[in-house]
Amino acid sequence: MNDMRLTERATDMKEIKITAEGVDVFYGDAHAIKDVSVEIEDKTVTAFIGPSGCGKSTFLRCLNRMNDTIDIARIEGDILIDGEDIYHPKVDPVQLRAKVGMVFQKPNPFPKSIYDNIAYGPRIHGLAKTKADLDDIVERALRRGALWDEVKDRLQEPGTGLSGGQQQRLCIARAVATEPEVLLMDEPCSALDPIATAQVEELIDELRQNYSVVIVTHSMQQAARVSQKTAFFHLGILVEYGETGEIFTTPKDSRTESYITGRIG
Amino acid sequence: MIDMSADGSAPAPAKNSLHAADERTRRRNAAEKRFRAYGVAAIVTGLLALVFLVYAILSNGLPAFQRTVVNIEFTMTQEQFDEAESALLKTRVYTDFFIGALTDSLETRGLDAEFDGGTVERLLGKVGGTLRSHYRENPGDIGQAISFELPASSRVDRYFKGTFTRESVGEGNRFMQPGDLDLVDALAEAGVIIQTFNWQFITGVDTGVDNPGGAGIGASVLGSFMMMIVVLVLSLPIGVAASIYLEEFAPKNWFTDLIEVNISNLAAVPSIVFGILGLAVFIQFMHLPQSAPLVGGLVLTLMTLPTIIISTRASLKSVPPSIRDAALAVGASKMQSVFHHVLPLAMPGILTGTIIGLAQALGETAPLLLIGMVGFVARYPETFLEGFEGPNSAMPAQIYNWASRSDAVFTEKAWGGIIILLIFLLSMNIIAILLRRKFERRW
Ligand SMILES: Nc1ncnc2c1ncn2[C@@H]1O[C@H](COP(=O)(O)OP(=O)(O)O)[C@@H](O)[C@H]1O
Ligand SMILES: [Mg+2]
Repeated sequence: MNDMRLTERATDMKEIKITAEGVDVFYGDAHAIKDVSVEIEDKTVTAFIGPSGCGKSTFLRCLNRMNDTIDIARIEGDILIDGEDIYHPKVDPVQLRAKVGMVFQKPNPFPKSIYDNIAYGPRIHGLAKTKADLDDIVERALRRGALWDEVKDRLQEPGTGLSGGQQQRLCIARAVATEPEVLLMDEPCSALDPIATAQVEELIDELRQNYSVVIVTHSMQQAARVSQKTAFFHLGILVEYGETGEIFTTPKDSRTESYITGRIG
Repeated sequence: MIDMSADGSAPAPAKNSLHAADERTRRRNAAEKRFRAYGVAAIVTGLLALVFLVYAILSNGLPAFQRTVVNIEFTMTQEQFDEAESALLKTRVYTDFFIGALTDSLETRGLDAEFDGGTVERLLGKVGGTLRSHYRENPGDIGQAISFELPASSRVDRYFKGTFTRESVGEGNRFMQPGDLDLVDALAEAGVIIQTFNWQFITGVDTGVDNPGGAGIGASVLGSFMMMIVVLVLSLPIGVAASIYLEEFAPKNWFTDLIEVNISNLAAVPSIVFGILGLAVFIQFMHLPQSAPLVGGLVLTLMTLPTIIISTRASLKSVPPSIRDAALAVGASKMQSVFHHVLPLAMPGILTGTIIGLAQALGETAPLLLIGMVGFVARYPETFLEGFEGPNSAMPAQIYNWASRSDAVFTEKAWGGIIILLIFLLSMNIIAILLRRKFERRW
């Protein structure tokens, strides 16, 4: 995990999962994302870093159309997942979001039991035919969320009663329960203590086996620890995108260099 | 401040003892004490006003729950019945039998009293008629010893409650003569005249001005209840649906802003405006029956809707947006996120708002005056449907009606009605609190 020999990481090309081309996002008149083009790989952890307010969350929320819920948000350009335009009029955002899961900055479990938190997604998508199926799904999701051993004896207790780190892992488990292909995480550790952060980071590393993970973080150390690819945003512009090792050791852009050496942000 | 202590060259501030408060602190503490005193004074004033109110209501209203009755055992034989029924002045004969029985029962207790039909009528009202209708309706009681509780006249009742004194009896008073009160005292001594709980006040219907003692609030309680059913059935679903739409689905533009402003304005519109609107629309235009709880309920629904919408929207707003995001992010539709997650969390607030709105509507009088729900209601509706469309009154309107009659007993009934109304309002508020406790969940 704390492997800092960044340059020696595997750099073999993976399949492209998400393609963004010339994406602009406006909040009313404010231009939050300016002409961003990026290709995000499958089975890879991609980190979005940059000073706060640079548009990382905004861009992330474009990937599962959560920005649709903001009235004043307007998006231009194309975003393709597996080659399909997700802003095509025929696309139902509800279907999209089952395929692109999301974990938020602040853990936000439903005020229901742990079991119901996980089972909610599979239920509304009809993933389980029987109660036993559902039990299976819940167990599998909690195991993937590295939470099973801690909660298996108290599945009926409220999810809101867990500790912050456990809640966040519950939210990750909830997101993977619907069998998504992409997992978006918006600063998932910023509300957690260092131990919980380490647990979640370890989990993210494991999730890479099955998903394309995109994580927004303001911590460069975290980006260095968990990601294979890093994108550096500044004032709504994608300044630099590449192998995490290269970005951190030999940044091409002076702004990236200033940021990672602590001069901006 | 911080760098001063670190830097030796800066002038050291004068050392102050922590044990002696400095001037600023003293002034601040004094201001705080003053503010607390104001607060306590305000609360004490409020409490005093409340105590006075409760005292006034209870002392004036509680007598309405008591009534003075003449408790007497009476046997009517078949011959007496036949004799009375064949007489010309039937009730007169009944009265004579009653006088006989009363005299007998007094004599067995060692009391010698003189009275005639006039006295009995002054003390008890038209006893003959009461007896006659009882035996005609229950012929099986003939020949049996029946214990009657006959309500005493309003002046006798008030004599026992202290609002009618011997001084009030003037010579030539048609309703009461000086000797009557001696007789009343004797009867009370003998245990013939007693005070009992006035069930008739709770279950009874309104009576004419000649029988204030018999007036009850039951029918208007039913009228109020029917109106509340109409209000609840209409305003809860409409109000909640409107709020959910406005809060969760409607686009934010000048049109929805306009609607929003108008809903807030409607909540402040005087209720009599809704009353005249109801008169014009429901009665004159739609020709719904006058004085009907259905129409009253419709008018009160209009009045309650803004309250429900405002409180429902407030409780929807207070559900953290992160819950909506969480639901949307696992692929719930907007509607699923609202109905599965937001609405259950907003439920306690919605229910509380609804009950508060209902309580307001329950106490509303002005609109009812305009749609004619202040009439004289002398009977219960016969069917459930008639309860909605038949003429009826409502508690506050009945209270208003009684308060405007001249007999002091009606005034007492008005106060008693206030107590019943307050009991209803209090119970509704308690239900609201209990529901909120039950549904309240933490997140
Ligand atoms: N809901 C919103 N309405 C209006 N402006 C927004 C909204 N969300 C974000 N912004 C603006 O968009 C810009 C980018 O924000 P954000 O994506 O949250 O940045 P980051 O996540 O990198 O800190 C900021 O200037 C912010 O003020
Ligand atoms: Mg952000």
